[in-house]
Amino acid sequence: MSDVETKIQQIIKQNDVVLFMKGTPDMPQCGFSMTVSNILKELKVKFNGVNVLADQEIREGVKAFSNWPTIPQLYIKGEFIGGCDIVKEMFESGELKNKLS
Amino acid sequence: MAIKQEEIHQLLKEGFPDADIEINDLAGDDNHFAAKVRSSKFKGKSRVQQHQMVYASLKGKMGNELHALALTTEEK
Repeated sequence: MSDVETKIQQIIKQNDVVLFMKGTPDMPQCGFSMTVSNILKELKVKFNGVNVLADQEIREGVKAFSNWPTIPQLYIKGEFIGGCDIVKEMFESGELKNKLS
Repeated sequence: MAIKQEEIHQLLKEGFPDADIEINDLAGDDNHFAAKVRSSKFKGKSRVQQHQMVYASLKGKMGNELHALALTTEEK
């Protein structure tokens, strides 16, 4: 396993809810990252926002790690949940709330 | 970096020959699209897997030439 994979795995293991995003939860730099970040705030979930713009290695690494070409990416308890479309769908159906409880 | 709507349609059609495909250019800039794909190939797959299959059919364009594709997948 490469260094960046190990790093990503550790982040995911150490935090129940991790959002790999562009920008920070307080200042998202992309509409899609903002949408997911706002959904998590709406659900009052404590999450760790990892700003991929601040770390090029993680930015590319997480795409390979998840086999997912875009950011944001949401992980809950080590499980890859998806990007903005899936998170939005799950939020609207109430599935996301269940997953987080 | 931009991509034409017809090109997305063609790639999706190659990946999912049986699919009903709807594509909308959200901003008129060849850069932000929404796509809905209904295919029997999604049967028994999770949502993440379904989206991964669509991204695979786009052959690496997603996240590169294609900046944004809001995606909805459905079983047919």
